[in-house]
Amino acid sequence: MSFSVPSKLEAELDELATHYPQKRSASLMFLHALQEHFGFISRDAVEWTATKLGLQPINVYELVTFYPMFRQEKLGRTQVRVCRTLSCALAGAYELRDHFCKNLGLDTAKHGPQTTPDGKFTVEFVECLASCGSAPVVMVNDDLLEKVTAADAEKVLTRGRVTE
Amino acid sequence: MSNVATTAPAPAAPPPVEKLKIKVDGREIEVPKLMPDWQGRLQPTTMLQACQIAGAEVPHYCYHPKLPVAGNCRMCLVEFGTPMMGPDRKPVLNPDGTPKIAKSVLPYEPGTPRGAIACATPISPGMEIYPGSAATQQMREAVLESLLINHPLDCPICDQAGECKLQEYSVEHGQANSRFVETKVHKPKAVDLGPRIVLDDERCILCTRCIRFSRDIAGDDALGIVNRGSYNTIAAWKEGAFDNNYTLNTVDLCPVGALTSRDFRFKMRVWFLKETRSVCTSCSTGCNITIGSREDVIHRYEPRDNDAVNAAWMCDAGRLNYKWVGRPDRLKEVRRRNADGTSDRIPWETAIREITARLSNAVSGSVAVVASARQTTEELHLLKKLANRFGAITDSVPRTGEADRLLVSADRNPNSNGARLTGIAYTEMGIRLPEIAEGIRSGSIRTLVVFGEDVTQHGIGADLLARLETLVVSDILPNPTTAAAHYLLPGCAHAEKRGTYINGKGRLQRFLKAVEPHGDARPEWEFLRELVTAVTAQAVPATLEGLFNEMSDGIPAFGGVRWAGIGDLGVNVTI
Amino acid sequence: MPEEFKLITKNLDQPGFTPDIGCYQRHGGYEALRKALSTAARDLPDGKKQSPQEVIRDEVLKSGLRGRGGAGFSAGLKWSFVDRRSGKPIYLICNADESEPGTFKDRQILHRDPHQLIEGMIISCWANDVKLAYIYIRGEMPIAARRLNQALAEARAAGFLGKNILGTGYDLEIHVHRGAGAYICGEETGLIESLEGKRPYPRIKPPYFPAVLGLYLCPTIVNNVETLCHVRHIVTLGGAEYAKLGTPNNTGTRIVSLSGDVQRPGYYEIEVGKVTLGELIQHPNFGGGLRPGRQLKAIIPGGSSSKVLKAGEKFQLKRKGPDGQMTSVETALLDLPYDFDSLQQAGTMSGSSAIIVLDDSRSMVATLGNLSEFYAHESCGQCTPCREGALWMEKALHRLNHGEGRKSDADYLLHIAQNIQGRTICAFGEAASWPVLSFVKKFRDEFESKGAADESARAANPARPQH
Ligand SMILES: Cc1cc2nc3c(=O)[nH]c(=O)nc-3n(C[C@H](O)[C@H](O)[C@H](O)COP(=O)(O)O)c2cc1C
Ligand code: SF4
Ligand code: SF4
Ligand code: SF4
Ligand code: FES
Ligand code: FES
Repeated sequence: MSFSVPSKLEAELDELATHYPQKRSASLMFLHALQEHFGFISRDAVEWTATKLGLQPINVYELVTFYPMFRQEKLGRTQVRVCRTLSCALAGAYELRDHFCKNLGLDTAKHGPQTTPDGKFTVEFVECLASCGSAPVVMVNDDLLEKVTAADAEKVLTRGRVTE
Repeated sequence: MSNVATTAPAPAAPPPVEKLKIKVDGREIEVPKLMPDWQGRLQPTTMLQACQIAGAEVPHYCYHPKLPVAGNCRMCLVEFGTPMMGPDRKPVLNPDGTPKIAKSVLPYEPGTPRGAIACATPISPGMEIYPGSAATQQMREAVLESLLINHPLDCPICDQAGECKLQEYSVEHGQANSRFVETKVHKPKAVDLGPRIVLDDERCILCTRCIRFSRDIAGDDALGIVNRGSYNTIAAWKEGAFDNNYTLNTVDLCPVGALTSRDFRFKMRVWFLKETRSVCTSCSTGCNITIGSREDVIHRYEPRDNDAVNAAWMCDAGRLNYKWVGRPDRLKEVRRRNADGTSDRIPWETAIREITARLSNAVSGSVAVVASARQTTEELHLLKKLANRFGAITDSVPRTGEADRLLVSADRNPNSNGARLTGIAYTEMGIRLPEIAEGIRSGSIRTLVVFGEDVTQHGIGADLLARLETLVVSDILPNPTTAAAHYLLPGCAHAEKRGTYINGKGRLQRFLKAVEPHGDARPEWEFLRELVTAVTAQAVPATLEGLFNEMSDGIPAFGGVRWAGIGDLGVNVTI
Repeated sequence: MPEEFKLITKNLDQPGFTPDIGCYQRHGGYEALRKALSTAARDLPDGKKQSPQEVIRDEVLKSGLRGRGGAGFSAGLKWSFVDRRSGKPIYLICNADESEPGTFKDRQILHRDPHQLIEGMIISCWANDVKLAYIYIRGEMPIAARRLNQALAEARAAGFLGKNILGTGYDLEIHVHRGAGAYICGEETGLIESLEGKRPYPRIKPPYFPAVLGLYLCPTIVNNVETLCHVRHIVTLGGAEYAKLGTPNNTGTRIVSLSGDVQRPGYYEIEVGKVTLGELIQHPNFGGGLRPGRQLKAIIPGGSSSKVLKAGEKFQLKRKGPDGQMTSVETALLDLPYDFDSLQQAGTMSGSSAIIVLDDSRSMVATLGNLSEFYAHESCGQCTPCREGALWMEKALHRLNHGEGRKSDADYLLHIAQNIQGRTICAFGEAASWPVLSFVKKFRDEFESKGAADESARAANPARPQH
């Protein structure tokens, strides 16, 4: 299977690259866009980005492995990112994450992202999401849920189970 | 004064150097305000440079004088102070009139010294640096302790043992035992970084010297760091992706045993190696090298610093081009060919006597000499003397490839300029080879002397060689020309003798003997000297030094330089 | 009565206020920009002339505005360090990476009043001859990034941004750049590297001071979201008038993020120094006190990196008396005025003005364990003391929190932390070690008794597998 970037997306990326006097600067924005489109950053995507920006693949891979938001394998359709840091932990974030994990059959002892076998959910701990006043908070895909209760978590699970 | 040899291309009158007074461990010294940075550009002098001038060692890992400063290892942290300034912006004085020094402290904890990294911190007037203080010592110990907590400490099986800065500094600056009781971070071992490089990520201290070298010197941004924090790991994009012609320099640069040369890995404990100053022969750049040998076997070449030639680097091709020296099929015997095609081993004296006899009968113009621009200047000088006796045509053989932007020259002969300056070859090397071939074909050339080249590859085929009355060949390895020789004289690799080369830019450099010749083989200049003495009945100096000096006197471009004056870094001659 | 003072949050807290440009302009938006762009040159008493841009920079200096990102450095002074003679372009970057645990003030502005930031940025750019600026927003705020892009498009369409702004001939472009989950991108030189497309490794200073060798090695200003918003109000009010807000040397207003064990967590904008730590935690206008039956145990006063304060602590604050003499005033923890200088004198910092309150139900060992995990995860790993030390501390605390402690772990932790602070490339070294140093020093008993308990448990049951 060969890797190809739709021309519309490529045009968007070319435009993005013009935002910077040096195109290497566009690496992060490229990776965001590619991840949004493909769901994760494949090795092909790394090589494609490197070629586009006149870099060696390792220069891009260095970023993919540094930033936790970039993923090297496909994630679940519903991505649940539970804030782990202090204010949220004080407000029950650990229990909340355990709740998600247990309900989805995931390992509570594992820290990093875990995806359910059916590909519906990925659950992980993340660090402070800058919403500590409404702890505990959870990002579900792009949305931030605040003061999340067990009941809210149930809703996320119910919705995620049905979405196709 | 165009023919004066100099040790550096220095301008006639250097501008006056502005100096600063500082103190290093209490001792006042004057240091230049500006000093060359990694690219040779004048920049404010750093604490580390100042300490070096003062003779005070500042241990360091990430700093390297020929690489951009990274400042990441923190090993070079030093305690320091600067003159205290009063509200009137004038220095506050002690009762004895000396300026009061404000030692640098943590702003939020004024009792605790705050060090600065010596490798990146510029000095200022009146500054005091304390590389030997207890506080400095403590900072060093702490950095070492941190570097060692996740280190495998497998020195007994590590290739770098003996050359490892981690091992060395922890003996000198470390503490006997670490407090660390947690589990270590594990990382990849024996990673195939490139075809010539193996990486042990657990030994790596993440100093980024290899990355900076590859990116900023070799121009190949092939190395990087993946992951984050304590899990940071040096990597290439794919197995084997680190593959430019300079990768092995990173092995030299790596302060620990993380990067190893596949060629040298586990071969030898470095402390058994004898080191000899030499020059690479694989192209006309003439990178300065150190030959590491043991019991007459060469185990490695390493670059030797020379700012006028190769800075601190050499190419991989040149570095690995040493194995032929120890090839089993090296020519080891002096041989004379019989009419029936068989040949006998004969003593040197016999060979020299018989060659002399044959040459003495040769008429002027019937002799040609093909020498090699891989021979030493002294040898070429003697061959030229020999040629002059018969008015012989001389030339040598060009050897070219592609040049790169760092070191490799298109001219792959190490001594083309030596061949030219001694009069053996011409601006366009090999231009007279067709003439020699034609002379043999027409029968006007009856005697051919070939040194170090297989002329059958250069228009003088075996058929032509067969027509010769006398073919004298000296070489190192067998080839069709050596097979056709009437007299075969086994010569020496450069590592087996002394001599000089003149590189592409006119740098005259000498090299020394690292290993013994094979079998009967002798340095060419020795037997050439015997031959020239016998054939020309002229006295020829009996030592290489004498020979060089005589040659120098005869070639104005050398500007009268003596053997002793060449030094380890060479001198420039006019080309 | 201690009250909020809404300057930055005034609009966004109003019901019905929307982030679009129309609403913003109905609330007086972009008037400050018009005012700034029509500033007249000024003659100074010493005969020198100030260009209109210099006038604005001078007003910012006079306002006493201190950076709201964490270090509290004078914004006007920072701008005055910019190398304006290099001939290179000058860049401005808005630091919208908001990642210091406990902090959630920039988020409010970015989501709900993006034009306020953009107006502040345009003025700041104009005053500093900046033609190209970036907003570096943390990756976990995708919606805010979209809103910002939307707002920038609106501003462009309205002639506030782009070519020939408001007919003055001034050109400026602002772009949004998204991070991807790294606290270290908030450190200004790490941010710059990240914006250059490299790993966000903070740069060594010297020589890489952003004002001289910043983005693309050109002079660069990095300011926090809230800082840049204040510039808009300084232009409206005038520097001297703005400086009357707050307290001397701690001027203006500041958004405080309050979280942890209080009844009313949230963000509160106050005049700097006009409200005490105690009021912020206990007053019904602010935190509303602890949960019923709970006692205060500790306060993390300026983001997770600031040194913890222990309930009952007393501090000697230097205060200028009416006669101009400096006197030392004993001040109890809860009476500390919430400002830059008082917290510094209390041995900690107001940092990102994020207060995390801990009540007596909390274990300091567990709390520190949580924070250390953050720092171990976020260390970029560039320099030795932090790369190795941050994870080392985390491992030790994990052990201590999981029944494998030793009584000596208190000293062990201090040893590690002391060898990080002051020895690293960037201030993350302090950020990672200060919590450990302050927690262990101030709550040593708790750490030692936890370790000792683990030791006796192990002694009582030696067969248990060792850690
Ligand atoms: C580890 C670390 C993280 C930081 N994170 C942020 C941040 O998220 N947002 C911010 O505005 N400043 C942050 N800063 C401070 C910035 O380096 C910089 O001082 C600030 O953006 C300057 O803006 P200001 O002067 O307007 O406060 C951080 C500093 C450090 C050392
Ligand atoms: S491999 Fe060696 S040179 Fe490269 S970063 Fe590691 S220790 Fe330094
Ligand atoms: S550049 Fe030339 S002289 Fe230098 S190491 Fe390579 S081959 Fe040898
Ligand atoms: S102190 Fe930490 S975060 Fe800062 S540069 Fe060093 S390793 Fe990176
Ligand atoms: S601690 Fe969870 S949002 Fe800050
Ligand atoms: S030598 Fe590494 S920091 Fe100076």
